[in-house]
Amino acid sequence: MILYVISVGLSVTMGLMGFINLAHGVFAMAGGFLLSTAMTALGMPFPVALVAAALSVAAMSVVLERLLYSRLYAAGELAQVLFSIGLIFVSVAVARLIYGNLAAPIFLPDYLRGQLHLLGRDFPTYRVFLIAFSSLLILSLWFGVERTRWGAMVRAAVDNRGMAQSVGINTRVLFMATFALGSGLAGLGGALGADILPVQWGYPFEHLVYFLIVVAVGGLGSLRGPFVAALLIGVADTACKYWIPEFGAFLVYAATIGILLWRPMGLFGVRA
Amino acid sequence: MSGYSANTKIRWTEWLPWVAAGAFFFVLPEYLSLGARILIFILFALSLDLILGYAGIVTLGHSAFFGLGAYTAGILSAKLGIHDPFIGLAAAAVMSAALGLVTGAVILRTRALTLLMLTLAITAILLEIANKATKLTGGADGLSGVQVAPILGLFRFDLYGKTAFLYCLFALFAGWWVVRRIIYSPYGAMLTGIRDNATRMHAIGAPVYWRLVLIYTVSATMAGVAGALLTQVNQFVGLNVLGLEPSGDILVMLILGGVGRLYGAFVGPVVYLIAQDYLAKQYPEYWYFGIGVLLIVVVLFARGGVLGIVDQLRIKWLSHSKPKSSAEASAR
Repeated sequence: MILYVISVGLSVTMGLMGFINLAHGVFAMAGGFLLSTAMTALGMPFPVALVAAALSVAAMSVVLERLLYSRLYAAGELAQVLFSIGLIFVSVAVARLIYGNLAAPIFLPDYLRGQLHLLGRDFPTYRVFLIAFSSLLILSLWFGVERTRWGAMVRAAVDNRGMAQSVGINTRVLFMATFALGSGLAGLGGALGADILPVQWGYPFEHLVYFLIVVAVGGLGSLRGPFVAALLIGVADTACKYWIPEFGAFLVYAATIGILLWRPMGLFGVRA
Repeated sequence: MSGYSANTKIRWTEWLPWVAAGAFFFVLPEYLSLGARILIFILFALSLDLILGYAGIVTLGHSAFFGLGAYTAGILSAKLGIHDPFIGLAAAAVMSAALGLVTGAVILRTRALTLLMLTLAITAILLEIANKATKLTGGADGLSGVQVAPILGLFRFDLYGKTAFLYCLFALFAGWWVVRRIIYSPYGAMLTGIRDNATRMHAIGAPVYWRLVLIYTVSATMAGVAGALLTQVNQFVGLNVLGLEPSGDILVMLILGGVGRLYGAFVGPVVYLIAQDYLAKQYPEYWYFGIGVLLIVVVLFARGGVLGIVDQLRIKWLSHSKPKSSAEASAR
């Protein structure tokens, strides 16, 4: 599920805006670190810190978008790939300078710890919370993109930017807001998942491949795609490591190749 | 940008890298192992330049071939006891070419993000195999015990890396010659055509797909040879020849030097590896920071890399000096 929350943000920037943003993990990492800082140094309670982390990541991303990303919307994919790799390098260095080599400590509040008794079985409370929370997020996102005016404007701007502009949509601001949303989601995902995927300076590199797989397999420009893909990859990866550990991540990659060859646009890809 | 042109004679400036390499051999004998490393990565970068710079195939998985070549040469020597360096190179070339042909034929039907992901997944799979097949590859410990017989039975690999340096230099020279022949040929022109406008190349009847598969295979072969060289020079193979990281590194080197130009592949690794040798050991954080900033700057402001900047400066200088002379002429 964490994979989903992080990568749905990526799907927003990459799919809706058509920007190959490999630096997406950076925003997730920032979210995790900020959450940790907000809770340990500033003493904020968990929910407040979570919101604060997501919002500040979104704000940070607006600055980056205005300064750097917006110059590259029209550039080729190579330039975008390279640029985001550069961004990863810089952020990794910065994160290491500030936070050192250790993973950011996350202290969950008491009400999210422990076990939850459900249907005769015990589940870790935090994971149940995660699943509920992400489901809520998915529903609201889906509603936002498919059913609101803002969603319609974004889709229009992506399909034909010039046309959208000429009917009076301010695509610049729209793209900025969309990018902020995507990055904010990544920050949220990183912060939420910090307990399960430890946040440390190598984070953007380590999980980059997983995020990318989820988006590529799910298909660009859809919200449903990454969700299904994240579930598939998550389940497959866990099952694989559980039953046939000697294969490791092998099957995940093999499955990715298979799916991409079968449907080059991803499972739910819309744009050719 | 270099490309198909009538004048394919080797200009005198093109001999400079070789003169520099020769001078390096005599002037800085204590740095020869770094030198050999640089030469190997130049060959690797050159192979990436063929597909990325000329044919426009964006890949994050070029290390698959480099790694396969490295492991082929390593396993051949350490496990099968075949120590002849040329057999090692040839085997690595054949294996990488086969992998390049097969994967290329499959993945080159796709484009953009999908292609990127496929290349990445392939090298990730190889990494996973190398990691798990400990009997064959040594897994995370790496494969040691690689021995290299004297080249042609005459030149022994010495402690100071003299033989290794010259060996790599000759290999690079051969690779350079092949690449140069390709990019100045009509075939090279066709590749740049595909890079710039694939639809139009289809329209004039070029077999786009097969041309791409062919160059992908050629490039894979070269990368494999580079990998094998690395194994033979280091007498060791580790997992770090496969996966995303080496692919990213070589991409960065090529971009810094200048992509889509023959000598960008020469300049990039030299700058990158020397900087790495000095900086990375002392200040790893600053090293990443610097590389990241450099990349961003190159992408935003200097698309041609180092050589592109040189080109621009030259054009600027020429255009500055020209109006001056015409002004002088009119004054007279």
